[in-house]
Amino acid sequence: MTAGLALGVTGMGAFLPGAPDWPSLREVLLGHRDPDPVARAKPAAAILPAAERRRAPEGVLLAVEVAAQACAMAACAPAALPCVFASTHGEISITDYVCTTLANAPLDLSPTKFHNSVLNAPAGYWTIATGCTAASSAVSACHCSVGAGLLEAASIACSEATPVLFALEDVAAAGPLAAVLGTRTPFGMALVLTPATGGIRIRLEPCARPVDAPLPTIPPALHATAGNPSSTQALALLAALAAASPARLLLPLSSGLSLALEILP
Amino acid sequence: MPARIEPLAITAMSATSALGRGIAAHLEAIHTGATGLRANDFSSAALPCWVGRVAGVEAAPLPPEHVAWECRNNRLAWLGLQQDAMLDAVTRAITRYGATRVALLLGTSTASIGATEEAYRRLDHGRFPPDLRRPWIHTLHSLAGFVAEAAGIQGPALTISTACSSSAKVFASAERLIRLGLVDAALVGGVDTLCDSVLFGFHSLGLVSTRPCRPFDYHRDGISIGEAAAFALLERVAAAPASPRLVGYGESSDAYHMSTPEPGGRGALAALDAALASAGIDAGAVDYINLHGTATPKNDEAEAHLLARFPHRTRASSTKGLTGHTLGAAGTLEAVLALLAIQYAAVPPNTGCDAPMPDAAPWLALRPESRTIKVALSNSFGFGGNNACLVFARAASAA
Repeated sequence: MTAGLALGVTGMGAFLPGAPDWPSLREVLLGHRDPDPVARAKPAAAILPAAERRRAPEGVLLAVEVAAQACAMAACAPAALPCVFASTHGEISITDYVCTTLANAPLDLSPTKFHNSVLNAPAGYWTIATGCTAASSAVSACHCSVGAGLLEAASIACSEATPVLFALEDVAAAGPLAAVLGTRTPFGMALVLTPATGGIRIRLEPCARPVDAPLPTIPPALHATAGNPSSTQALALLAALAAASPARLLLPLSSGLSLALEILP
Repeated sequence: MPARIEPLAITAMSATSALGRGIAAHLEAIHTGATGLRANDFSSAALPCWVGRVAGVEAAPLPPEHVAWECRNNRLAWLGLQQDAMLDAVTRAITRYGATRVALLLGTSTASIGATEEAYRRLDHGRFPPDLRRPWIHTLHSLAGFVAEAAGIQGPALTISTACSSSAKVFASAERLIRLGLVDAALVGGVDTLCDSVLFGFHSLGLVSTRPCRPFDYHRDGISIGEAAAFALLERVAAAPASPRLVGYGESSDAYHMSTPEPGGRGALAALDAALASAGIDAGAVDYINLHGTATPKNDEAEAHLLARFPHRTRASSTKGLTGHTLGAAGTLEAVLALLAIQYAAVPPNTGCDAPMPDAAPWLALRPESRTIKVALSNSFGFGGNNACLVFARAASAA
């Protein structure tokens, strides 16, 4: 049995419309101000070379933007950092393009759009841009993507005694898929997790889900992100990290488990 | 280099591919070398190529209690779970450890996107037709969501989707969860079905051959796409000391290109070195390598660089000439073939290759071979330069 996984959060990154980085989102989460309506709507993703930035789909821009923010805050070189990129539904806008093209003119499918359609496109662009040769992964667990993705990243950090980058992103749904999958707002967040001392101390442990597990709450100003369960859960996690005071959060992990996340004093 | 890991027992496994349903069909192909590929009769528009199609998926609907998950990919998953008493083995693990102490880690590149493609072909005034307005089958976790329900697994459940290395990486993730004491067993696997996305997608990249694929052949000119469902159950060795074992793994990134492997094979070598280190063995101890061997000019050229690490007594083959490239299912399917090589002292043949590349020829088993295999590797490399290498060993040599 385990007493849970003990980790430090040494870096954080975030992007959503109106709060394009962690310092500005932190202010919103702490209730100090509302999202800025004129803040940039597209991730800068400055770590990508210009040609790659033009070629990359929005999910890749989101992922590398928040990943770079988190690594910078952690003062952690990405080149040797294992990384786990999670998404609830992947690059929905590319799925919409691929399926529309296949339905009408399958031989016209763009090769660049096809290789951008894989869930590990963010991991691919990130490792190429940063020269990262460590293990990289791309994961999903639908509405459990925050909990299951975080547990995957934490298990690498703890079993291999290395800091790990965890990033999660979702783009707004496009086309006929939008009515089915429902994600309305782009969102990205990233954490650098370390098994060593440092940063905000957290403990993760799978636990049986209490029948009345409370849903995480987020400031009303961020309710526009609703429609994507992962962004709602991730914002609750980020709100707890912003407060940096002892707290316990339950994130959906599987059909039978929650991931208990404790922020330790 | 990673520290040595404690081996894990493979207490059950199953495979369903173009070679047939279950282990017996795959064992027969290992012994005969007969391909399961056939001329493409799948895509919604004509595309001259060969495919590894599983016969009879269309005639095998899900049972009524799982009808909400109905789609071709989940049908193939269900077919796979029925073979080789796989579901019974999972049920035994759940009884022994508890449903929340069994993890589910599945690899897939496209999951049930075939259903999404169909919805777009049958749009009803811009909306999905009513029978396909089911969010679960249009998301990547569709496969794992269905298998968790069908198998009764309530532990951590994760979809790994790193293109063609997806269902190799599931072994590594499972090992970590068991080592950390978070679970006691893990069902790992990979399921990918033929769909227009991959057929026309790989075609757009110029990577699909019009002939049955020819891995490591001097004249190779591309892949044949296949489909498969493969599963393995991992437990601690004490649960089944005589079972074959996962003894090591390595993962790495090329940091080179989105759709082309690093030509020198450096990323793949890093995964190989990490795998050997975590198994605590040298390259000289490896008896058989199931190569990634997609039959694209660039993959096989890069991968051949790895072979120089091994003595000529190490035998190697790509089994993609038998099954086609089953993409996200390839990692587990080929792990099962490597495990069969260990269990039945049979080297799977590199079917499809008549004129082997000179720098691979000394190691390639072009025809079936009988020999004792104590240690077998399986290589898997994916888009984005995503590499995984697995090490398996028979019980007697794993201590």
